[in-house]
Amino acid sequence: MDRSDLYIIVAGCGRLGARLASELSRTGSSVVVIDRDPSRFAALTAEFSGFHLTGDAIEQEVLRSAKIEQADCFLATTNQDNINLMLAQVAKVIYGVPLVMARIYDPLRSPVYERLGIDTISPTELSAQEFLRMITARAGLEPASALRNGR
Amino acid sequence: MRAILAGEGKTLYYLARQFTAKGHHITIVDRHPDECEALARRLEKSVVVLGNGSDPAVLEDAGARQADVLVALTPEDQDNLIACQVARQMFGVPRVLALVNDPDNEEIFKRLGVTEAFSATRIIATLLEEQAALEEVINLLPMAEGRIQVAEVVIGEKAPARDKTLQELDLPADTLVAGIIRAGDVHIPRGNSRLYLGDKVILIGRPASFGEALRAVAGEEA
Repeated sequence: MDRSDLYIIVAGCGRLGARLASELSRTGSSVVVIDRDPSRFAALTAEFSGFHLTGDAIEQEVLRSAKIEQADCFLATTNQDNINLMLAQVAKVIYGVPLVMARIYDPLRSPVYERLGIDTISPTELSAQEFLRMITARAGLEPASALRNGR
Repeated sequence: MRAILAGEGKTLYYLARQFTAKGHHITIVDRHPDECEALARRLEKSVVVLGNGSDPAVLEDAGARQADVLVALTPEDQDNLIACQVARQMFGVPRVLALVNDPDNEEIFKRLGVTEAFSATRIIATLLEEQAALEEVINLLPMAEGRIQVAEVVIGEKAPARDKTLQELDLPADTLVAGIIRAGDVHIPRGNSRLYLGDKVILIGRPASFGEALRAVAGEEA
């Protein structure tokens, strides 16, 4: 699979969704971005050459009109964990999308979803790790192992 | 039975009241503080936990490790699905049931590991369609999660079944006339029992053949 000809669906056009959709579109992927609020699409950059679809991605009709069964990759980036988790499973299990990723704020439930082959990204975890890395680097401290091991 | 009911509003209250009255141990999970207070006051025998049923910490507080069943009935399908999955996979709750608000999600929930998913919208829609089509149908209720339907049908003047015996009726194979109510008495019919004007017929059958059975008894436009 050549990176440049992927068909990617992004559900949720907030700051993260818009950023990802714009960047993936700029680097040559076909991107469809879904949001129930059409004013959100203004956040897409001028380089975005994909499609946008107004609707609630939790509805099967909306996913089907985004041609989800043909997608190579599905990114669930709405601002609600449970919506993202449900969308990711629907994409993976019902429509067989090969690569599925979801943003979840609360990392407590990640083990449940890792078992289903859904990659979750927690901004809280990523920020915490980065903060700790910078603190360690600048202050010349040994990283606290308990914190470093937190996923 | 130890059950956790995660939801909100009146459905949650009435369901909890009904289960408690039958002697089940009920724990309620509701994310609205004001509702929790009212529920705790009105249902003295139930435990009430404030929080979202899809949050593992909340479910643990609600005693998910000991629960026999979790019922998720919030107005948000995604919350119901995740609550069921967390209950099952993190706490080993044997049966997880969910209300689905969007009827399209019924099948999806079952494929994603929910023991039973039921759509109030679909059940009501089915009831309405069949009631509207057949005014002679007095009661119609789905049983066994909708796999069997039961109806009470009046034999009207133009009913095809009028003055016929059950043997003569053209009923589909998986339907059955289980009772005849005539002048206030209930008769359990046999093949040679005859139906007369004004009889009420108790009809049982699978949903797929039920419409055909209703038409055979009460008629097309009834």
